[in-house]
Amino acid sequence: MTAIITPNGYNLDTGGRRIVVDPVTRIEGHMRCEVNIDENNIIRNAVSSGTMWRGLEVILKGRDPRDAWAFVQRICGVCTGTHALTSVRAVEDALKISIPENANSIRNIMQLTLQVQDHLVHFYHLHALDWVNPVNALKADSQATSELQQKISPHNPKSSAGYFRDVQTRIRKFVESGQLGPFKNGYWTNPAYLLPPEADLMAVTHYLEALDFQKDIMKIRTIFGGKDPHPNWLVGGVPCAINVDGVGAVGAINMERLNLISSLIDQSITFIDQVYIPDLLAIAGFYKGWLYGGGLSGTSLLSYGDIPDKANDYSASNLLMPRGAIINGDLSKVHEVDLRDPEQIQEFVPHSWYAYPDDLKGLHPWDGITEPHFKLGNKTKGTKTNIQELDENAKYSWIKAPRWRGHAMEVGPLARYVIGYAQGNKEITEQINFVLKTLDVPVTALFSTLGRTAARGLEAQWAAGKMRYFMDKLVTNIKAGDLATANVTKWQTDTWDSHVKGVGFTEAPRGALGHWLVIKDAKIENYQCVVPTTWNGSPRDEAGNIGAFEAALMNTKVERPEEPVEILRTLHSFDPCLACSTHVISPDGTELTQVKVR
Amino acid sequence: MNETFYDVMRRQGISRRSFLKFCSLTAASLGLAPAFAPKIAHAMETKPRIPVLWLHGLECTCCSESFIRSGHPLAKDVILSMLSLDYDDTIMASAGHEAEAIVTEIVEKYKGNYILAVEGNAPLGEDGMYCIIGGKPFVEQLRYAAENCKAIISWGSCASWGCVQAAKPNPTRATPTHKIPNLANKPIVKVPGCPPIAEVMTAVVTYLLTFDKLPTLDAQGRPQMFYSQRIHDKCYRRPHFDAGQFVEEWDDDAARQGHCLYKMGCKGPTTYNACSTMRWNEGVSFPIQSGHGCLGCSEDGFWDKGSFYERVTNINQFGIEANADKVGGIAAGVVTAGVAAHAGITALKRAQSQGEQK
Repeated sequence: MTAIITPNGYNLDTGGRRIVVDPVTRIEGHMRCEVNIDENNIIRNAVSSGTMWRGLEVILKGRDPRDAWAFVQRICGVCTGTHALTSVRAVEDALKISIPENANSIRNIMQLTLQVQDHLVHFYHLHALDWVNPVNALKADSQATSELQQKISPHNPKSSAGYFRDVQTRIRKFVESGQLGPFKNGYWTNPAYLLPPEADLMAVTHYLEALDFQKDIMKIRTIFGGKDPHPNWLVGGVPCAINVDGVGAVGAINMERLNLISSLIDQSITFIDQVYIPDLLAIAGFYKGWLYGGGLSGTSLLSYGDIPDKANDYSASNLLMPRGAIINGDLSKVHEVDLRDPEQIQEFVPHSWYAYPDDLKGLHPWDGITEPHFKLGNKTKGTKTNIQELDENAKYSWIKAPRWRGHAMEVGPLARYVIGYAQGNKEITEQINFVLKTLDVPVTALFSTLGRTAARGLEAQWAAGKMRYFMDKLVTNIKAGDLATANVTKWQTDTWDSHVKGVGFTEAPRGALGHWLVIKDAKIENYQCVVPTTWNGSPRDEAGNIGAFEAALMNTKVERPEEPVEILRTLHSFDPCLACSTHVISPDGTELTQVKVR
Repeated sequence: MNETFYDVMRRQGISRRSFLKFCSLTAASLGLAPAFAPKIAHAMETKPRIPVLWLHGLECTCCSESFIRSGHPLAKDVILSMLSLDYDDTIMASAGHEAEAIVTEIVEKYKGNYILAVEGNAPLGEDGMYCIIGGKPFVEQLRYAAENCKAIISWGSCASWGCVQAAKPNPTRATPTHKIPNLANKPIVKVPGCPPIAEVMTAVVTYLLTFDKLPTLDAQGRPQMFYSQRIHDKCYRRPHFDAGQFVEEWDDDAARQGHCLYKMGCKGPTTYNACSTMRWNEGVSFPIQSGHGCLGCSEDGFWDKGSFYERVTNINQFGIEANADKVGGIAAGVVTAGVAAHAGITALKRAQSQGEQK
C-alpha cells in the first residue's frame, strides 16, 4: 500500500494488518484507536480518534461569566476543578480582577491536591493493569513479597507476610468465584507481563490501598470547596471565608479545619514516598528494557506553567511549574510561550469532524470557529453508524488539531519535567537524576512510555511537597492578620467594561490547559478551551503531522495483535481525557445553535 | 436472591458437561491451573454476585469519581465482594472487542438478572454519532443492554435529567435514560446530583442487594430516603435565615460568621438532596458549610434557571409543606412553601427589602 513520511518525521505505512481498539478503556471518556501492523507485528501506522462531542462552549454563550466555572468544571469530573480554576482565571484576566494572597494559596493547594490524587488514581487504577497481572499474584509467596516490600520501602509499616497473605486470600476467593468483574477478559496469559508474582501481589495490594486512600486526599478540597468531585470556586477569590478565633469561627476555615488539612497533607506525602514512588521504581525496573512509546516527547513539548507563588503574577518567573516550548528535539533552547499571540497557538480541522470556512487555515482560540461536521472519508469501511475502519485521509475525530507555531506538541507531566530539566529547575533535575541513577538508565530513557509514567509519579511527589509549602504560607499570612479570601470590587456587572477578552491557563494533571473568552455586555460572547488531550490526542493537521498519541504508538512491537496490551500501555501513559478534549465551540455560536436539531 | 449462574445456564438448556467445560476455560483464560476449575464451578453453583454493566455515555466521569470516594462501604468492598462490575470502561482491564464481548455475554447469560447502571446520557443528534462506542452510536449499546436487565440505575444528573450537555441549546440532543425512544420498559432508579453523594450511590446499590428490591421512589423516580427533603430544611444555617441574618457580599463579616447564603443565590430552598444532612466526603463538609451557595445540581434543568448567584425571587406568600413530587421544577414557588411552613416570612421580607435597598 502507500507509505508516507510526515513533516514531523514518521514513516507511515498503511499496508499490513489493521487492528482496531474501540472502546479504549481505562481512560476518561471515549476514544478509538486503529493501527496497521507489519508482518513482524510492528506498528507502522497509527490513528487516534476522539469519539464523543458535547458542545459545552456553545451552551456557555450568553451566560453570566461568573457562572462559567461551574459549566466548564463539568467538562471533566476526573481532573475536577482544573477547568473551573482556568475559567475563573480567564474571567479575572478579562476584568482585571486581582485576588487575595490567601485565595491564591487555597487555589494552589486545591490544584496540587488534584495533581496528587489524579496521578495516584491514574497509576494504580487506570494504568497499573498494563504492567501488573492480578491473577499472577495468586502464585506469590507472601514471605518473599514481604521481603520485597521491606527492601524497596523500608519505612512502610504495612509490609508483613501476614498482611500480604490476607490480601492474597481475598484475591483468591475473588478469582475462584469465577466472576472477575473489572479484571474479566484481561490479557493475563500475555507474555508482555513481566513482573514476578511477588511484585504483582505487592502492586495489587497497593491498588486496593490507593483506592482507599485517594478519597481521603480529596477531603482537602471538600473543606475549601464544599464537595468533591466538583467543588465550588469563585471569580475574585475563593468562597470559603477564614475565621480563626472570631464569633462563628466554627462555620469557617478555622483551627480545626486547618489541622485536618495539615494532617491530610502529611498523609499524602507519606503515601507517595512510601508506596507510590517505590512501586513505580520497582515496576519500572522490571520493564526498563521496554523503551517504546517516546513519540514527540524527545522532540516537541509544551507547557504553559502553573502554581503562581505570589498572587496575580502569571509570568514564567513566578510559576513553580515550568512554562516553555521545546521543538526539533533541541533541549538547549526553551522557547517563550505566549497564549495571546495569534501566531503561536492555532487549531486545525481538516481531519476533525468540524468545518471552517477555509479548512486549511489554523485559527487562534480567540478567533476560532467550531461547527460540527460529521463526515466519513471515502475509504471508510462500514457505514455511518457502524464504522469498521476509519479513513484517516479524511476527517476522523471529534478532536481538533492544535499546533504551536505549526508543530504538533506533547503536553503533560513528562513535557513539564523535560522543560524544567532543560531550564535547569533544581527540584525537577534532582528528582530526575535520582530516578535515572536508581534505574541505571540514560537520560534518553525519559523519552518513552515509561518516562511519561515516571514523570507523573515524580510530579505527584513534588506536588505533595508544595501542598505543605502553600499550607505554611496560608498559615503565615493568617498569622500576620490577613484573613481576606475574596475581592468583590468588581463582583457587580455594572463595574465591568462592555467588551473585554481574557485568557486563563493551568497545568492540568494531563497537561497544558487554556481557556479563552470574550465578554460583551456582561455576557459570554465566546468561550474556547484548548485542553491537554486535544494536544496529545490530536489527529493529523493540514500538513500531515501526526499527533502525540499517534507518534508514540509508532514502531512499537505488539506481542499478540488481538490483545492490545502494548497499545493500551502507551495510550494510558498520557492519561487520556476525552470528555475534556471534545467540546469546542464557535466564537459567535450562531451556526452551532441551529445545527442538527432534528 | 438471584438465580445462580449455573441455574441460569441450565435453564437455557446448557448441559452440566458444557458448564464444567466453561469453568475450565475460564481458569485457562486466566492462566490458572486446572485445579481452579472445580472451585470456579462451585462458586457459580452457589452464590453469585449480581452482575453490573456500568455504561458511560456523554458525561464527565464525576459519578464514577464520586463512587470511589465512598467511605462506607468502601468502593473496593463493593467491587470485590458485593457485586460483579463486569463492564465499566473507566476501570476495566480489557478493551476493544474483548470489552464489547462482555456486554454480550452478560446480556445473554444473565437475562433479567443483571443491573444496568448508566452514567451520562445518549445524544440523539447526528444519528447518535456524537458518542461512539465500538464504531456505533452509544444509544444502541444502551438499548441493547437495557433489553434484558433487571433494573436501571440512572447515575447522576446526566442520566437522570440531561445535565450540562443538555443545557440550552442542547447541541447534541443529549437525552436522559427515561426519555430514550424505544428503550425497554424497565424500572429506573434516578440518583441525581452532579455528582451524587458517594455514600448515596453506594447506599442505593447496597439497598438493592440487601433487601432485594428497589428503594421506594418518589414521583420523579428518586429514592425518597435521600431526595424527599430540601437542603434548606435541614441546613445548619437555617436559623440565620429565619433570623434574617444574611451574607451580603463575599467574605464579609456575615460570611465569616456563617450566616445564610440565600442572598448570594443559594438554591438550597429549591433543591431536594441529602447534602445538608449526610454531607460530603464522609461528612467533612457540604457546599453551604464551605461558604458557597447550593447550585441545585440534583434538580432537573438546574443549568437553565438563571445565574447561580441570582437570588431565588418572585416569592408567593402562601404555600404548604410540599413534597418533591408536587414541586417538580418550579423553583420560585417552592421557596414559598419552606418560608410559610417555618414562619420565616418576615425574615424573607426583610431579606428582600434589604436587597432592594442595596
